[in-house]
Amino acid sequence: MVAQTPARAPARWRVGRLVERRVETPNAQTLVLELPDWPGHLPGQHVDVRLTAPDGYQAARSYSVAGPAVDGPGGPRIELTVQRVPDGEVSPYLIDVYREGDPVEVRGPLGGWFVWRPQETAPVLLVAGGSGVVPLMAMIRARRAAGSRVPFRLLYSVRTPADVIYADELRRRARDDLGLDVAYVYTREAPDGWRGEPHRIGLADVNNHGWPPDLEPLCYVCGPTGFVETAADLLVGLGHQTRRVKTERFGPTG
Amino acid sequence: MTELSYLDGNMLDGPLRELFAVDLSTATGRCDHCGTVGPMAGLQVYAHAPGLVGRCPTCVEVMLRLVRAPDRAWLDLRGTTFLQVPMPVQTPR
Repeated sequence: MVAQTPARAPARWRVGRLVERRVETPNAQTLVLELPDWPGHLPGQHVDVRLTAPDGYQAARSYSVAGPAVDGPGGPRIELTVQRVPDGEVSPYLIDVYREGDPVEVRGPLGGWFVWRPQETAPVLLVAGGSGVVPLMAMIRARRAAGSRVPFRLLYSVRTPADVIYADELRRRARDDLGLDVAYVYTREAPDGWRGEPHRIGLADVNNHGWPPDLEPLCYVCGPTGFVETAADLLVGLGHQTRRVKTERFGPTG
Repeated sequence: MTELSYLDGNMLDGPLRELFAVDLSTATGRCDHCGTVGPMAGLQVYAHAPGLVGRCPTCVEVMLRLVRAPDRAWLDLRGTTFLQVPMPVQTPR
């Protein structure tokens, strides 16, 4: 049997339009794009977004899709959450300049490795650093949408409480989505009443909020390169099999 | 940052889809240098060059280079002994 994937169109650039924008944090926004012939995607997949300047100069960046596609009046819609990279070429444009109705080129869905399929039965550990939460949120949303009862744990490292993307939704889902646990690591500033000091993710965090390796969970780690390196090493050091620790790093460009 | 940071082989899917009909990030590749066999999604990809350079996560030797110009692409797979690509099961006619 072949793993079920949405029909894969060739890697052509489709033209999408911005239909809605939501502010998630002072530096992150969710862009809702309408893509009339979108073939569907799996949780964790990404798209390439390409911008063309009036002089023909092009810049492309990869962004994770933040949740299942939804139907709108003009066709399927997908959500991307974009974190502003200071001095970046693409992210400041998408956040500050790109307007509702404006076109943008999108290629995808891409990547069949860093995906979670709702028919999976193993427990899942999601480890996010900053905007690395985006593809993991797609998995959390898809889990609920599919009625999956697979236990999920999210360990989410942020600088301060104000940097939590999807904060309200995560609070609500941690309460309402049975079998979903959400824990945070604060690296610079913790909320009032938080036990312990701000710190970078460490063995105790992964040990306390992850799954024992005996349960053979699927682990997904996404964040900046250094964060992913640390978290993946901690998981492998605890005894998780390398092939069950899937990683997605993002770089300094944006 | 003192050393160049890299991305995962996951990001190769978009650029390689221009050349291949299948998702090569889910393919398995063997490093020609150290012999490690693993998912192409696990490569360390350096995107700071005029192209993309994919290195073996074990020995850090180059397994793949891809350079895209407006009207052509160069793909160098010298460092990859083989690629094993998942395919749909062929049913007998």
